Amino acid sequence: MPTKVTFTLNGEAAGATVEPRTLLVEMLRENLRLTGTHVGCDTSQCGACVVHVDGVSVKSCTMLAVQTEGADVRTIEGVAIKGELHPMQRAFHEHHALQCGFCTPGMIMSALDLVKQNPDPTDSEIRAWLEGNFCRCTGYQNIVRAIEAGAEAMRTGDLARV
Amino acid sequence: MYNFNYHRPTTLAEAKQLLAENDEAKFIAGGMTLLPTMKMRLASPSDLIDLSQIEVLSGIRDTGNAIEIGAMTRHAEVAASDLVRAGIPVLAELAGQIGDAQVRHRGTLGGSIANSDPAADYPAAILSLDAVITTDQREIAADDFFLGMFETALAVDEVIISVTFPKCARAAYAKFPNPASRYAVVGVMLADTAVGLRVAVTGAGPCAYRETDIESALQASCTVDAISEIAVDSAELNSDMHASADYRAHLVVVMARRAVLQLASVEPRVSA
Ligand SMILES: Cc1cc2nc3c(=O)[nH]c(=O)nc-3n(C[C@H](O)[C@H](O)[C@H](O)COP(=O)(O)OP(=O)(O)OC[C@H]3O[C@@H](n4cnc5c(N)ncnc54)[C@H](O)[C@@H]3O)c2cc1C
Ligand code: FES
Ligand code: FES
Repeated sequence: MPTKVTFTLNGEAAGATVEPRTLLVEMLRENLRLTGTHVGCDTSQCGACVVHVDGVSVKSCTMLAVQTEGADVRTIEGVAIKGELHPMQRAFHEHHALQCGFCTPGMIMSALDLVKQNPDPTDSEIRAWLEGNFCRCTGYQNIVRAIEAGAEAMRTGDLARV
Repeated sequence: MYNFNYHRPTTLAEAKQLLAENDEAKFIAGGMTLLPTMKMRLASPSDLIDLSQIEVLSGIRDTGNAIEIGAMTRHAEVAASDLVRAGIPVLAELAGQIGDAQVRHRGTLGGSIANSDPAADYPAAILSLDAVITTDQREIAADDFFLGMFETALAVDEVIISVTFPKCARAAYAKFPNPASRYAVVGVMLADTAVGLRVAVTGAGPCAYRETDIESALQASCTVDAISEIAVDSAELNSDMHASADYRAHLVVVMARRAVLQLASVEPRVSA
């Protein structure tokens, strides 16, 4: 039976009428038309769908939309600050951390969660954290560099926030 | 995914009632196994009963001689818990090696052991640390819990409330992870417990089990040399696209040797 879910989405009150089987990512993409969150697999392994729920990164393809009742959801669309790229997004751009860009929203949402827990991560800490984010294009080198640079910009810059 | 009814009870009694009323109902904890299975249409419950709002199922407590962990406690909470890191450091390390960060944010201890996936990490800890599983009906000893592939001693209407892990002098876990999923191709945990040295293997067989040959060799002498010549029988071990049974048998000894080396570097805990 379709039910109404209400939650906070990128800082604003939001809601949708969904079936119990609707996945969080389906609600975001299809009901709310936020297509920045991607689906890259059906085995919960690729991380293209990573969003934040109540402040932690989760795979939105492996959570039900109804489970976000009352939750605080943040997607890639809520990361830019007043129309300006977030320092982490800028770092991905500057360090050429993407080719096709399909994995990028998930990478950035995952990276922001890492930096929140560990503001100055080492190369190997970044690589370990990205265990659940697959990139089929870049070979990861520039993604790791971008996250290092993004983390530094967040530590020192005035736009720092997650 | 086939459709179902979704319930979010706040008490255990309510959850049990919902289960009793609906023939094909299932509990959902972190959903990290159940939802992918439902997406593949390998499971099609009529009802999902979400355990996340039931308070008695979460939390970590130090009871002096043991650490008690609620069934709904997420892997990331166990990995980061000061109580676990101080009382049973190997358990926090093991939880921190499960899957990836996003799996650890959702996946739970109860869901992991209820599922008895042959490649799951927690079962190795349950068996080697001689943990006790508390359900709404009884206490189940570690050695009686895992019965086979995806099969446990739990009755269909039984809910895991918590798991009690006795503190031990020292323990070590060596895991050979699958590079894509991080599930254990083979994982071996050694623990120097009150009832002697216990060796548990996950990933290799249909479910986690105690490797008694390695256990008795290490009880006699806890050295790499003591087990180097042991040949594990591969007849009952798993063979799949990730590894053959023979390779898994070989890995059991290799991981056991790595765990022995790690154990030697662990400072023994002095019991209070
Ligand atoms: C990409 C990926 C990688 C993974 N890698 C690893 C890994 O490296 N190591 C590892 O060990 N695991 C791994 N997992 C599995 C993960 O740890 C799961 O969280 C775990 O197996 C199931 O826990 P859950 O809380 O998600 O349970 P669910 O999926 O919600 O439930 C699983 C089953 O347990 C039952 N259940 C849940 N809670 C209870 C309870 N309290 N009482 C009775 N029954 C209950 C449910 O009804 C269901 O049948 C991985 C998963 C994914 C998606
Ligand atoms: S779409 Fe691949 S992990 Fe979610
Ligand atoms: S940039 Fe193409 S998948 Fe990562």
